[in-house]
Amino acid sequence: MTDTRYDSAPGEASDLPDAEEDAPSGMLVYSIGLVLAVGLTAMSFWVANTSLLWVGGISLGLTVLAIAQMGIHLVFFLHVTTGPDNTNNVMALAFGVLIVALVVVGSLVIMADLNDNMMPGAELMNLQMQR
Amino acid sequence: MNLLGKLDWSAIPFNQPIIMGASGGVVVVIVAILAWVTLKGYVPYLWREWITSVDHKRIGVMYIILALIMLLRGFSDAIMMRAQQAVAAGGSQGYLPPEHFDQIFSAHGTIMIFFMAMPFVIGMMNFVVPLQLGVRDMAFPTLNSVALGLTASGILLTNISLAVGEFSKAGWVAYPPLSELQYSPGVGVDYYLWSLQISGVGTLMTGINFVATILKTRAPGMSYMRMPVFCWTSLAANLLIVAAFPVLTATLTMLLLDRYLGFHFFTTDGGGNAMMYVNLFWIWGHPEVYILVLPAFGIFSEVVSTFSGKPLFGYRSMVLATMAICVLSFVVWLHHFFTMGAGANVNGFFGVMTMIIAVPTGVKVFNWLFTMYGGRIRFTVPILWSIGFMVTFVIGGMTGVLMAVPPADFQLHNSLFLIAHFHNVIIGGTVFGLMAGYNYWFPKAFGFMLDERWGRISFWCWLIGFYLAFMPLYALGLMGMTRRMQHYDVASWQPWLIAAALGVVVILAGIVSQIIQLVVSIRDREKLKVTADPWNGRTLEWATASPPPPWNFAVLPQVTGIDALWQKKRRGRTQAEPLKEREFEPIEVPKNSATGFIIAFFAVIAGFAMIWHIWWMAGVGAIGVFLTMLAFAFRDEEEIEIPAERIARFEQANPAEIAV
Repeated sequence: MTDTRYDSAPGEASDLPDAEEDAPSGMLVYSIGLVLAVGLTAMSFWVANTSLLWVGGISLGLTVLAIAQMGIHLVFFLHVTTGPDNTNNVMALAFGVLIVALVVVGSLVIMADLNDNMMPGAELMNLQMQR
Repeated sequence: MNLLGKLDWSAIPFNQPIIMGASGGVVVVIVAILAWVTLKGYVPYLWREWITSVDHKRIGVMYIILALIMLLRGFSDAIMMRAQQAVAAGGSQGYLPPEHFDQIFSAHGTIMIFFMAMPFVIGMMNFVVPLQLGVRDMAFPTLNSVALGLTASGILLTNISLAVGEFSKAGWVAYPPLSELQYSPGVGVDYYLWSLQISGVGTLMTGINFVATILKTRAPGMSYMRMPVFCWTSLAANLLIVAAFPVLTATLTMLLLDRYLGFHFFTTDGGGNAMMYVNLFWIWGHPEVYILVLPAFGIFSEVVSTFSGKPLFGYRSMVLATMAICVLSFVVWLHHFFTMGAGANVNGFFGVMTMIIAVPTGVKVFNWLFTMYGGRIRFTVPILWSIGFMVTFVIGGMTGVLMAVPPADFQLHNSLFLIAHFHNVIIGGTVFGLMAGYNYWFPKAFGFMLDERWGRISFWCWLIGFYLAFMPLYALGLMGMTRRMQHYDVASWQPWLIAAALGVVVILAGIVSQIIQLVVSIRDREKLKVTADPWNGRTLEWATASPPPPWNFAVLPQVTGIDALWQKKRRGRTQAEPLKEREFEPIEVPKNSATGFIIAFFAVIAGFAMIWHIWWMAGVGAIGVFLTMLAFAFRDEEEIEIPAERIARFEQANPAEIAV
């Protein structure tokens, strides 16, 4: 992690020729990625239109498929792997996920709390006027 | 359809003597400078060596020049506000009408945060970080130049609003519903939004560039735990830029959609929620505070350790504290709106988190104190700023912790106590740090020292002026005076405000002393000339000549430990090879590019056109930006080679004192 020699950007020619040899070729990796990505895309269209699933589960299913799609893109197209030259990318991804999670969850909690504390409308406040 | 959109002659406020006088003066000065530069024949030099330069040192210097000019602009707003509040008591309305006063406090905040502090910090990082890392340039040199251009575009748009149209009256935070079309129908908020959007893109580019530079390009042997602390704090600040600025851009885009296309993100009708703007704005806004102050912490770390003649106390804890702040700064944002209506649980959580984030900052303060303890301190101008910072910033930090208590905040929110607090940390932290860095690295940038005597005078004026200007505001806040008041009826506030106005006059004396310091130093530059290492420095920027050549280091330094240069010095000078035997290899440096300037030109056109609803012109600007990027993408050569003889000649003329 501390040695910059192992630290190459994705797509850059590697300094370590022997490390490249047993890795699968670029064409194969991209092809697998493409097949998986297309498959997931097709599946989400099917999920959205099918009547086989319970209606309430459709949005959940789409969310799962979308997250899987992100994973496919990261691994097969952006080459975020657990390899030794990938520490920076994995750290950057982890930081990004952490910040996005904090922002989204924090905003949802804060806005929900604000709505809970909101003074109810005038017709609800005047309970004695209600019949 | 009108070819010029909303723009016509009524946009220029001919009937306002103050505005017309100020903008007339600015125009005269700009024309005079342009005429002087042209007549003297400096234009080709400026174009070749500065405007199209992609050298990180040149870009850094240009950022800092921009920031210093904007400091003068923002400070003149401050003087006007203090003068207004010093006289507008009781029945008096002062000399500024409310709509003009509103523009001034909005412009003051916007300019000081976005166009003074940010360019100053970014310029400092630009100049120093690659030198400290021991590399020859940034990861993406042309992107750096584009980022500078976009920042300058935003600055230009903000300043055009002085003469053409008006600036925002909604404060520097531009909360809806006030900033929505219904309550701000003029172009002021549009000026604010577009100048922030354009310069925000530039800032994001800078952030990406620095993260890539620090993570990917370091001198051989410089592992993470051997990086100087300034590089660490820069890394943290730029991670924050990359994470936070998109939030600002998205938020302002939503407000733009509300204003231009009738969306309802933040309007009360149509199901929008103005609170969401406040929430999103501060998700960016709190990390922004740390983007500004973390690099200043790094500067203090370098300065304190250099002038104490000791390694920094607790390097590891410093790094840990920096990275802890980097993450924690994303979980405290609600303390900016405790009073917005959240429940006790939410307020309590964010209050506690706010108190926790003070802990790593406290760790840093103790580290600086222990670094100085037992050291042989040389009381130069940079260390004066650092000591002034430690005293001032601790006071500001404690008032901040006080306001982190939600019940206390309900009393102090939107009062002058808050104003005093954040000026206390931004001036006492960021500005003092930038001034320390300016005095510390100036000899490296230009090859001569800044005048010591005027530097001391400016420091004492700033320090005393700061306390005189802002301590009364704490008292006024406790007495119940709210911020942004054009006039007030409480006569007992007036003495405090007069004292504050006097403080601003003292700060003005400090700024004037700094200008004199610069002039005197340039006049005596032969006498103040220095070699590579005037301060007996510890890090790699002091290993190369002052000013450094375009290639920074003739031979890339080999780093064997923390404080790389200091270690080489301690091993003795015998290891330096005799000059004649040293072989130099040709070095490739990035080629100059006008891309940044041209993109900035079209960005100004597009921004101005959007502000005034001149749709065809906005299209021209956008297409111009796109075509420039396309042309850059298809360039043939990106680097030029500097021959070995030129490097050898330079090294002969500027012999390195220590071989690294």
